Amino acid sequence: MDNMDYKITIGLEVHTQLKTSSKLFCGCSTNFGASPNSQTCPVCLGLPGVLPVVNRKAVALAVKAALALNCKINSPTKFDRKNYFYPDLPKNYQISQYDLPLAKEGYLEIPNPKSRSPNGTETPSYDGAQSPRRIGITRAHLEEDAGKSMHSDAGYSLVDLNRTGVPLLEIVSEPDINSPDQAHQYLTALKELLIYLEISDCDMEKGSLRVDANISISPVSDVSLREVPRRASGDDEVISKSNEIASSRQGGIRNDSGETKLGVKTEIKNLNSFKFVAKALEFEANRQIELLKSGKEVVQETRLWDEDKQETRPLRSKEDVQDYRYFPEPDLEPLVINEGWIGQIRKTIPELPAARRVRFVNQYGIPEYDADVLTADKELANYFEECVKSYNSTQRERSPASGGKAISNWLMSEVAKYLNEQKMEMKDFKIKPQELVELVKFSAARQITSTAAKEVFGEMLKSGKSATAIVSEKGLLQVSDQGEIEVFVKEALKSNPQMAADYKAGKTVVLQALVGQVMRLSKGKSNPEIVRTLLQKHLSEK
Amino acid sequence: MELCSLTGWQIKELISKKEVSAVAVVEDLFRHIAKTEPSIKAYLTLTQDYALVQAGQIDARIARGEQPGLLAGIPVAIKDNIATDGIRTTCGSKILANFVPPYDAYVIKRIKEEDGIIIGKTNLDEFAMGSSCENSAFGPTANPRDVSRVPGGSSGGSAAAVASDMACMALGSDTGGSIRQPAALCGITGLKPTYGCVSRYGLVAFASSLDQIGPLTKDTRDAALLMNVIAGYDKQDSTSVNRPVPDFTKGLDGEIRGLKIGVPKEYFGQGLNEDIRDAVNQTLSAYEKLGAKLVEVSLPHTNYGIATYYIIAPSEACSNLARYDGIHYGYRATPAYAEASAGRDYTDLINMYSKSRSEGFGHEVKRRIMLGTFALSSGYYEAYYNRALKIRRLIKQDFDAAFNKVDVIMGPTSPIAAFKAGEKLADPLQMYLCDVYTVTANLAGIPGISIPCGLTKEKLPVGLQILGKAFDEATLLKVARAYENVNSKHQAPNSK
Ligand SMILES: [Zn+2]
Repeated sequence: MDNMDYKITIGLEVHTQLKTSSKLFCGCSTNFGASPNSQTCPVCLGLPGVLPVVNRKAVALAVKAALALNCKINSPTKFDRKNYFYPDLPKNYQISQYDLPLAKEGYLEIPNPKSRSPNGTETPSYDGAQSPRRIGITRAHLEEDAGKSMHSDAGYSLVDLNRTGVPLLEIVSEPDINSPDQAHQYLTALKELLIYLEISDCDMEKGSLRVDANISISPVSDVSLREVPRRASGDDEVISKSNEIASSRQGGIRNDSGETKLGVKTEIKNLNSFKFVAKALEFEANRQIELLKSGKEVVQETRLWDEDKQETRPLRSKEDVQDYRYFPEPDLEPLVINEGWIGQIRKTIPELPAARRVRFVNQYGIPEYDADVLTADKELANYFEECVKSYNSTQRERSPASGGKAISNWLMSEVAKYLNEQKMEMKDFKIKPQELVELVKFSAARQITSTAAKEVFGEMLKSGKSATAIVSEKGLLQVSDQGEIEVFVKEALKSNPQMAADYKAGKTVVLQALVGQVMRLSKGKSNPEIVRTLLQKHLSEK
Repeated sequence: MELCSLTGWQIKELISKKEVSAVAVVEDLFRHIAKTEPSIKAYLTLTQDYALVQAGQIDARIARGEQPGLLAGIPVAIKDNIATDGIRTTCGSKILANFVPPYDAYVIKRIKEEDGIIIGKTNLDEFAMGSSCENSAFGPTANPRDVSRVPGGSSGGSAAAVASDMACMALGSDTGGSIRQPAALCGITGLKPTYGCVSRYGLVAFASSLDQIGPLTKDTRDAALLMNVIAGYDKQDSTSVNRPVPDFTKGLDGEIRGLKIGVPKEYFGQGLNEDIRDAVNQTLSAYEKLGAKLVEVSLPHTNYGIATYYIIAPSEACSNLARYDGIHYGYRATPAYAEASAGRDYTDLINMYSKSRSEGFGHEVKRRIMLGTFALSSGYYEAYYNRALKIRRLIKQDFDAAFNKVDVIMGPTSPIAAFKAGEKLADPLQMYLCDVYTVTANLAGIPGISIPCGLTKEKLPVGLQILGKAFDEATLLKVARAYENVNSKHQAPNSK
């Protein structure tokens, strides 16, 4: 069998830091980069006698994420204690959620993976490549982050508890992902969504997004055995107490009986970028396939991605899996999330990027590529729509489509170039949409040349003056009036009789030189198209 | 009459009327403590200097004509598992022997706001785990009624301090009877409020779903007074309930004619001391004479109380006590010689954890940590913890059914009177049975009060336990007061 005879099954666990100003159970700041242990209080230090109080904003953000991920919301939901000893966990238990997570049973759409399927057995989408694929979301739950340990070679370790108690949302996918590429797409789509909805910054460097991956391999001939209902009845209500949540979840593919060799999974940690995730999964898939090919078995274990060596290596085996002794957190009452509140939060969810992309194409008649670029940044997309609105309100005779493309061109070229050079974000861009539209209209109506338009843009940024003001100050308006241009045309023909004669003799290349003459006479303000047309008319008349 | 023998209410009246100064009260009290403490050992920390400064400030404010707070100058002792800003809070454990909290518990903040004067921190069974006050890392406390006997526990220090006039009133905590049982054994009043009535913020957790802070006082009026100060919603405690708090001192002396008293047959069965049975029965008769009606009720799951309690409490405790690991604060064991000579603390984290915790915790605490760890372990959770939760619900249903028929439930607080020091130390199960009548109130979350109701042949105090409906402390106090008013001879000697 070659690699195409194996099906890859991947599930991802994403920890994302919710964008709150204070921690999940106390009032301490969540700002990144403060001096060690400066953002702590008795509660997050786990001093004797303190009690947690749930941060309402964190719950609201988790609900927002749950809604955006098409999840059902458990109400009441409850908190549980996950017990384990580690120096960066001052209480030696983490307040998390076990059998009643805040959200369950959702999905996230990613581009259709048809052509990327490793074994070709993927059902082709019925309406072509545009149909997205749904990756199931098993659950999403709230939990507090631990602190940070820094180990020195000198035989001691230092602990910074600033991160302790920072609110995290753990989002667990179903094992619906069938390739490292898809894993990458899923993560990209998830990140885009969380940033877009201002749920998380998803900054992996600051640790506000972390990924663990579960992967298993099964021979294609056995895949039919996988057709076990993914969610056995009540799966989310009662989770087997015998394993950590993640380890009991490789859908129906994990087989304890040993009757088949289906999908023993490994978990990969230390995945510090989406690129690493894809690379580690690629490596791990091949490693597992090689093992199966040579008749060996995959050992259920946790493995670490080593970026330097470009390989995964064992961290701990299944036997070492800790018993976290989950039990309901007695310091917190079950949390009731009522419909009214959910409704309010639902209203704060704007149109999501994928839907907006489709609408942009349909409503503004811009190419998909443009829609992709514009909707990738919410600020940019908002700016674009403001521009179109302004464009249409002042120039009713024009169709929205033409305005859309002209604006899109400006945003994707000159504006993008400027922001890039200045290392600026869209929200810091000083020119207001209606001001930019003024310029776009000059340009679109060919009232100024493209070179002039760039000059005006630069001047607007520099002086803050309006496009109209700059155009008139600098006299950049193209002369479009035929009568006015005709005067220059006649003068040019009169003072260059030889060229006119050459043209009439069939040497049409001189036309360009004549255009140049007219432009010079009109100090560059004539519309070159009109000049050309008029010249041709006059030359053919005689 | 010595000032220290007065009730809190009497002290407050005298101070408010400027008949006596708060400083004089504190000075008198500490003179008495100096004489009495060596034989009782109720305190782990005394805060005389602090108390005198506070008293001076209160006197000055009264002199300026300001109205003092509800506790105007009353000396209050605090069980040493309640966090006091700047004052060592040990929980009776070596592992927190030098721990000084940087914050005040909610109840401490309230006492300070109402001008109560904190005079010291009282002894307890380590982390409130015990019924005799013998499980303290700092030695046992004696029962003031008979110093060869235990004061009960775990709030034994608070009970002994009040019973010996070394404190005017005290705070204790009750997880399975830790306020009521020592109150009974020392012959004073002890109230465990409804779960959620008093904020637990700053109470060092033993079993979070059972713990409540409550008053230990010389009479019910003082209990009502202290409840007025400590009860109420606190947003720092998510389990505290937001509801209006009545003035517990109002209507305290009202009639109880027509009151229906439930008498559970399960509270008078095997294991109950004869003298205690007689004293309680006499008290029930006294209530009948006051116009109350006795109604036999059944609490069929009473006998499962101890077993249920000893699954749930240790399970929560093993998690609550996990934080004492020698890393961030508290006791850290000295590294082994080899490591120390290599200039290191430890070569191994696990070694540091286990050595610090082995040396830092006492036997009973370790026993309960192990019990809880076992009960929550994979494969045992369903059989133990989950089953215990189910029985807990049944116990609550027992009370719900009973309270449909009666206003309060009465019985003995403890099956036995104060026992000799050391008597039950070797047999933890015997010790656990001391709480047979008290644990169910914690499991059900309902309030309970213990008041003195006579003496055994050995002249040891007997406690009457009155249990009430959730958040009906006012009725409990009024019912307790009714007996107190006709039977003051069993009160603390000098109380009125
Ligand atoms: Zn904090």
